[in-house]
Amino acid sequence: MVVSGEKPTLIRKVVRDGKEVLVRHDGRLVDQMRPIRIEVGVLSNADGSALVEYGGTRVIAAVYGPKEAMPKYMSLPDRAILRCRYHMAPFSTAERKTPALTRREVELSKVLREALEPVVLTELFPRAMIDVFVEVIQSDGGTRTAAITAASLALADAGVPLKDLVAGVAVGKVDGVLVLDLDEIEDNYAEADMPVAMAPSLNQVVLLQMNGVLTLEEFHAALQLARKGILEIYRLQKEALRRKYAEVKVEG
Amino acid sequence: MARVYVQHRQVVVPGDLLAEDDGVVVETPTYIERVGKRLYARIIGLVNITTEEKKVRIGIIPLEGVYMPKVGDIVIGVVKDIGITHWEVDIRAPYHAVLTVQEALEHPFNPVTDSLRRYLDVGDYIVAKIIAFDRTRDPLLSIKGKGLGRIVEGAIVEIKPSRVPRVIGKKASMINMLKTETGCEFIVGQNGRILVKCPNRDLEEIAVLALKMIEREAHTSGLTERVREMIRREKARRGA
Repeated sequence: MVVSGEKPTLIRKVVRDGKEVLVRHDGRLVDQMRPIRIEVGVLSNADGSALVEYGGTRVIAAVYGPKEAMPKYMSLPDRAILRCRYHMAPFSTAERKTPALTRREVELSKVLREALEPVVLTELFPRAMIDVFVEVIQSDGGTRTAAITAASLALADAGVPLKDLVAGVAVGKVDGVLVLDLDEIEDNYAEADMPVAMAPSLNQVVLLQMNGVLTLEEFHAALQLARKGILEIYRLQKEALRRKYAEVKVEG
Repeated sequence: MARVYVQHRQVVVPGDLLAEDDGVVVETPTYIERVGKRLYARIIGLVNITTEEKKVRIGIIPLEGVYMPKVGDIVIGVVKDIGITHWEVDIRAPYHAVLTVQEALEHPFNPVTDSLRRYLDVGDYIVAKIIAFDRTRDPLLSIKGKGLGRIVEGAIVEIKPSRVPRVIGKKASMINMLKTETGCEFIVGQNGRILVKCPNRDLEEIAVLALKMIEREAHTSGLTERVREMIRREKARRGA
């Protein structure tokens, strides 16, 4: 992403309720996430699916399988193979993106797979294959963490046994302040940006990347901040999964 | 003393804490994750708790998921391909099933003078039994036996394999109710394909509606009575 023009003011000091607080460019507090919307079972042709929105970021995940491995030579004798595809729609960005998989998307597909592999019980389905497709419909920063959140929900919806759900959120340092859930503008001007994904019940970190510079103290603080956000997303994930069954109950 | 955090018949999702401490017997280890002394759900499903003599047994009945073959299961398959002495059959599992000619025909088969296509063609539906499956090899089928073989009449209804136990019900209560109320014959494949043979078109439609209703509301209680009501209402409306 090419960043041009003058750097906008990203953090302002504002007096709220007689106290001076730091407010971000979109009015959020430093430890506040964007509004999150989660829906499960949004696609009828896939075995499992989910839609996740972090503010302006919108992703859809679809899961097929476990099914017969194709091509056959790729199958493993002791467990299922997990295939992930992270893809951004041509209309997901301000300027049209080529629909072909870019180098970045190939790498993020691998990152996504590695974040899901620790929780998916692939050994229950030897020689089979599980396909995970994530399509970014609209991008406003934090697409990889939204992709992981959506993918784990789609897997759960497909009935693939999981050790735990996985939720992700980004933390970063903007104008010297640690902030939660960066959007695109903040990401572009951030001194550091750190996407984190965790399996909260297992107390396991499944994704940790960092771009930029943080001191050790800042890193610890950032990880705590991410954990706080992830626990909130985790709660929303479970709520969304339960909602699918609660709705039917009302009808009956 | 064991602490249990969920109720019987509650819907759980992956990561839900089920119970803590020892003394809890896990009935479905595939669907329950153990982290130290804590037990977590691995799948969307209904909790099944039974208590006997201070022993708490906990299990999960899944609500989603593919069909995994089990030896002895009756399944309904579709012939997908024909080999020289075997058929390949789709049974909605992650593995395609193999039906050898020895398990299909009563007489010796000579591939030089005879063709398998004469007995079962691609696209044919069969009721079969799984006679071998051990995860290292593909499941083997047999159509030798009572009630097994090619399907020549009736309608096939596909539901989620995880909802099949609900269609049968406790001590076959649901399926017996369906048989008496609709007058149809049901052959339930464990892989979620159900063969329905009915005296007339109206009853067949009602039977399909009933099966779809059971699939949709599998996680609710008092389902048998609601399905019975629905069938009676539909029968009165159609005059069947």
